[in-house]
Amino acid sequence: MTQTILKTHDLSIRFGGVTAVDHVNIEASENELIGLIGPNGAGKTTLFNLLTGVYRPTEGDVALFDGQKLGIVNQQSPAKRARLGIARTFQNIRLFESRTVLENVMIAMNSHTRAHTWDAILRLPSFYKHEATLKNEARQLLSIFDMLGVQDTLATNLPYGQQRRLEIVRALATKPKILFLDEPAAGMNPQETADLTRLIKQVQQEFKMTIILIEHDMNLVMAVSERLYVLEYGKLLASGTPAEIQQNADVIRAYLGENDT
Amino acid sequence: MTIFIQQVINGLMLGSVYALLALGYTMVYGIIKLINFAHGDIYMLGAYFGYFFIKVLHLNFFIALVLAMAVSAVIGVLIEYIAYRPLRHSPRIAVLISALGIAFLLENGMTYLYGSDQRSFPQAIKTVQYHFYGIQVSNIQLIIAVTSIVLMLLLTYVVKRTKMGRAMRAVSADPDAATLMGININHTISFTFAIGSALAAAGGVLIGLYYNSIDPLMGMTPGLKAFVAAVLGGIGIIPGAAVGGWLIGILETMVQATSFSAYKDAIVYAMLIVILLIKPTGILGKNKREKV
Amino acid sequence: MDQTHIKYTLSWAAMAAMGFVLIFMAQMVGLIGHYGVTTIVLIGINVIAALGLNLVVGISGQFSLGHAGFMAIGAYATALIMGVLPGVMGFIVGMVTGIAVSGIVALIVGIPTLRLRGDYLAIATLGFAEIIRIVIMNLKITNGPAGIFGIAPFVSWQLVYILAVITLIIVVNFVRSMPGRAIIAVRDNEIAAESLGINTTKYKVIAFVLGALFAAMAGSLRASFIQSIAPKDYAFMQSIMILIIIVIGGIGSMSGTVITAIALGILDTLLQNFGSLRMVIYSVILIVVMLIRPQGIFGSRELSLKKWLFDGGDGHDTDHTENA
Repeated sequence: MTQTILKTHDLSIRFGGVTAVDHVNIEASENELIGLIGPNGAGKTTLFNLLTGVYRPTEGDVALFDGQKLGIVNQQSPAKRARLGIARTFQNIRLFESRTVLENVMIAMNSHTRAHTWDAILRLPSFYKHEATLKNEARQLLSIFDMLGVQDTLATNLPYGQQRRLEIVRALATKPKILFLDEPAAGMNPQETADLTRLIKQVQQEFKMTIILIEHDMNLVMAVSERLYVLEYGKLLASGTPAEIQQNADVIRAYLGENDT
Repeated sequence: MTIFIQQVINGLMLGSVYALLALGYTMVYGIIKLINFAHGDIYMLGAYFGYFFIKVLHLNFFIALVLAMAVSAVIGVLIEYIAYRPLRHSPRIAVLISALGIAFLLENGMTYLYGSDQRSFPQAIKTVQYHFYGIQVSNIQLIIAVTSIVLMLLLTYVVKRTKMGRAMRAVSADPDAATLMGININHTISFTFAIGSALAAAGGVLIGLYYNSIDPLMGMTPGLKAFVAAVLGGIGIIPGAAVGGWLIGILETMVQATSFSAYKDAIVYAMLIVILLIKPTGILGKNKREKV
Repeated sequence: MDQTHIKYTLSWAAMAAMGFVLIFMAQMVGLIGHYGVTTIVLIGINVIAALGLNLVVGISGQFSLGHAGFMAIGAYATALIMGVLPGVMGFIVGMVTGIAVSGIVALIVGIPTLRLRGDYLAIATLGFAEIIRIVIMNLKITNGPAGIFGIAPFVSWQLVYILAVITLIIVVNFVRSMPGRAIIAVRDNEIAAESLGINTTKYKVIAFVLGALFAAMAGSLRASFIQSIAPKDYAFMQSIMILIIIVIGGIGSMSGTVITAIALGILDTLLQNFGSLRMVIYSVILIVVMLIRPQGIFGSRELSLKKWLFDGGDGHDTDHTENA
């Protein structure tokens, strides 16, 4: 029996007069791969921002579960939620550009290691030990994703596809329970998208986590998602398996326009 | 009550000069995102030019004022051309340091050439005091107020109604898009510096007339205060500079009249910090959210 | 433990010791007179203050224009405590108190203001520093605008040299550690850092407070070395002077900061002969340096001994076993 890990209740946010997310009720189970689709401006990224803590809801709740109820996290900062097991990538890539690939991953491990400031300043043996452990862990993670070869490259110098990949690796380094991917295939060529499709599957299977994915590339979403949510004008339009969604009359209308069918 | 009104009036006079200076700060900031630390020194140069035109060339005060503004405008444009333009695509802090270099150069250059002593500004216009219902206003104060308001109205006209003003607003909103629309960015920035420097020079001449004294370091404190005024009003926003300038002028004169007068600058800064904490982008500033 | 680390550490230690010995010998044979010693001490004090500011501005990316305020706290705490507690004990207690008070003030100032961004933060920190100065100027205990005279001299170039080296070690080791990397992450991309569970405010405040501690130490040393302090020494210009050092050196580059502090100190001494033209020349040099190297002398890079001594090429921290 799969456990629910995330649930929203009438989640809404208004900016001035615009209701960007309007009474949305979704839920996700452990180790589930969910696609979130909808036309441009439907409120997908805003929903992500509500779930990850960048925005606070005007109305409704976000609840996280961990076996027993963990509680409502509406007012918690992104950092707090990250420590509860939420990680994400961004539509417009946000890497630590001045740092190397390896350091990007090590920084992400920060959240679950204690800071040994004095050991570091005095360069005690424990500092070197700790640092070596971190480096090893980071390198292991990089090697799983074939990025060990570029570990010393500055993040900003990576090719585009690799930058997207690094963002995912970095998110995984926080050991999340839920991973949010915001348009991971945006701007990728077909080859890179195919690699990414494999990568997402691999992450879900090897790391046993829930993945929620915003994506415009329908082939990718339909291939990887077990279940889909469709947003339009901030409202939940439909939900179901990829096969169900492909047949859904409302969804077809939203994508193709009223008079086209 | 009359004392209160008197202080408000005195504050508005002082605030008008801060506002003239703050306008230049805010326009330059709006267009190239530079805190132009040399701006206060253009105000000082303006005062010295005014001094020269009146004392040496014996020109009429208003002609001297206009000439000082014109010469300072040219100098402002030159400074931008030499010290800021080559750094347009450099880190912002590099331009800031270059601006500080210019500030030092103007302050120390003037000290080197003319000495660090205060000079008494010629009494180009004889002071006359008027009294209304116990409130005292001098003709000099009226000249300051009227000149400042005329200049601000003129600026509003230029920015709102002329082609150059539209270009300024366009460049400040989005330089890349402005270039695509065929706007010459270099000309627009030069124009902005010309106007900003002219306004600062006007402030300098007016203050010279009001306080009767000028010196090479006279621009430092008002420069800083005008910067505070610009930030207070919302930096980059033209009406904000005027609001900030008047607010600081009034607050300063009010505190001056109390037993806390020694703390007047501290109180100005404290108010600035409180306002920024409540409204992080200044009184008229718009809160821009970074898109995630 | 890693052999390279030991070699690397020893090389730096050797270099620091060599500098010390060189100055010592130069003084012994009379190459450096009283005037030279003063230059060395002032350079050392600037190094300490500038390394602190570089941590705030360069590493954590928070634009502070209030460094002078924290230097003032260190200087006045030292002078006031030395007034009641004579001898070297007074100096030590004074310096420690100054550093502690400065840290506490930085904490109180930093927590609310570090939410502000860019130039707004700059003006808020400038405001705080000016408030500190104005309060000092109006208090009786600090003797108003005249300041405090006759502070006992306990500062030698040796002491400043050692403290500057210690500061450099602390700052560099801190930057190259987990908390240091977290601070850089917040600078590079605050939103991403937050999404990874990094408490961004906490790390900004840590950098700000550390910077204030070093500023106070510099102020304290300066008070006892110059033997007199006045509020005007800690005006806005003082913050600017320190800022100039780190910008010319290259924002975020600690070796750049040290080298620039030394270069500007020497330049200042050379320009003494020019009398009133001194500042004119200084300002022209400042403008020209910025026009030629807007990113600073070192950019954000560091002078790397490892690169020179051990790698003979790429300065990366890679394990050689992997390449073999």
